[in-house]
Amino acid sequence: MRRFTWFNATALTAGFAFLYIPMIILVIYSFNSSRLVTVWAGFSTRWYGELFQNEAFLDAAWVTLKVAFVSSSIATILGTMAAYVLVRGGKFMGRTLFSGMIYAPLVMPEVITGLSLLLLFISIGLDRGVFTIILAHTTFSMCYVSVVVSSRLVNFDRSVEEAALDLGCTPFDAFRSVTLPIIAPAVVSGWLLAFTLSLDDLVIASFTAGPSATTLPIKIFSSVRLGVSPEINALSTILISLVTVGVVTASLVSKHRITRAKRDEQMAQQAAA
Amino acid sequence: MNLARRTLIGIPYLWLVLLFLVPFGIILKISLSDIALAIPPYTPTLDLSQGWSGIRDFIAGLDWENYIFLTEDDLYWRAYLSSLRIALISTLLALLVGFPIAYGMANAAPEWRPTLMMLVILPFWTSFLIRVYAWIGILSNEGFLNQFLLWTGIISDPLMIMNTSTAVYIGIVYTYLPFMILPIYATLERLDASLLEAAEDLGCSRASAFWLVTVPLSKSGVIAGCFLVFIPALGEFVIPSLLGGSSTLMIGKVLWEEFFNNRDWPVASAVAIILLLILVIPIILFQKNQERQAEAEA
Repeated sequence: MRRFTWFNATALTAGFAFLYIPMIILVIYSFNSSRLVTVWAGFSTRWYGELFQNEAFLDAAWVTLKVAFVSSSIATILGTMAAYVLVRGGKFMGRTLFSGMIYAPLVMPEVITGLSLLLLFISIGLDRGVFTIILAHTTFSMCYVSVVVSSRLVNFDRSVEEAALDLGCTPFDAFRSVTLPIIAPAVVSGWLLAFTLSLDDLVIASFTAGPSATTLPIKIFSSVRLGVSPEINALSTILISLVTVGVVTASLVSKHRITRAKRDEQMAQQAAA
Repeated sequence: MNLARRTLIGIPYLWLVLLFLVPFGIILKISLSDIALAIPPYTPTLDLSQGWSGIRDFIAGLDWENYIFLTEDDLYWRAYLSSLRIALISTLLALLVGFPIAYGMANAAPEWRPTLMMLVILPFWTSFLIRVYAWIGILSNEGFLNQFLLWTGIISDPLMIMNTSTAVYIGIVYTYLPFMILPIYATLERLDASLLEAAEDLGCSRASAFWLVTVPLSKSGVIAGCFLVFIPALGEFVIPSLLGGSSTLMIGKVLWEEFFNNRDWPVASAVAIILLLILVIPIILFQKNQERQAEAEA
């Protein structure tokens, strides 16, 4: 007996208004022709034009995409390995330390992760730049990937894997042709999560970037500190639209997959009957 | 086979040891060192070429001076206490805002729930920095909130919210709200509605059924949500530095400034170690809560 009351309707309306109105204002005012962000002076796409002429932003965006792509890809491989080891690895020396090192970065304040990695890079004499940001991002995002992938690994029927082994697969073949397809959706969401975390990160990148590389969040942060600017609104609008398209597509795809799986199941039942 | 297994364990293990555990050891070591006008700007540095005497000199050079300094300068005490206060108040506010939303979602028609879920998750995928930035335009003295309130005549002078702790509370509640809503929604959605019917059949009013059945059964989700907001809020840097202005003290900001502005690496490291020691307690409590929840489900 679930009841949808006025209270629920109000809570949802007010809650989602709180979550979305700030972003909607941001998007609307990116089309404002005035430099003053809070005074509406007419519709214009001027700031988008200026944004695409701003080389510093474009360079930073390119660096950010490179870092995010490389670090999330390495993090997905390492994170999937780590998840496999944690769920299927059985006992080995230092297992507790290993799982501790997987979970600790998730709750570690970013300032500490950033500071510690910077001190490491300096003490081994590694020049800071794109490479060090990639190392830093890979390290924290592999932990997120491994949490996402291990939750999928825990929930799947191990006997399918054992069947493949009994039928003569090598462990590697069994992993590739049985396990990997089953955990693939989790691996993909892990990659997306790692990619987004990397795109988004300001604090750790600021510590590990050094003067030679600037990422988009670092650039946004230093310009926002000087005050609101319509170019940042335009940039935010582009990023918000990309995320919205991505999330809506993902949820439609997963809805489609669920309906298809249900239909297949029904057809199989009918065929059996 | 054995070699394959070893590589599989070895690669991620080695990666985490080198890039998580070792850096952590370095912070600990530098927190026990002294600041120096050199590169790197601290002393002693470990000189392995000297053999054992190098290690001995190194250990003899370490001391607790930075930690003693942290207790003497009241800036740090106030920053830790103020971070704890801000994180605690924001967590309670997030619970007050988040619980009704999660409750409304759990009571919505089942075909609506995936869409509502998506609407909660969407902001989480959107850049954190941009979501904080959005509030600068709203809260500033000439911002949208003041424009709106002046226009409706509710206030006659603009509210000074920007650069106060209130702005930081709003920022934290806004950005971490999905972390509060999702675990509470997960427990409320699983809640067996027949329990509420039973309570009402036995003479409970709807309000008392809510307090006696719904609230206790959603406890683990509420606890998880609170920790998921409290833990990151405590070390938060972006929100206090963009919305809090110079008057809001938070330890993440102090650490950042100690490192980037004062270039005092040993003190920054000591600040980090103490922050971690403070965080250990909520993290362990959170872990306990998750384990209990997992057991209850099993």
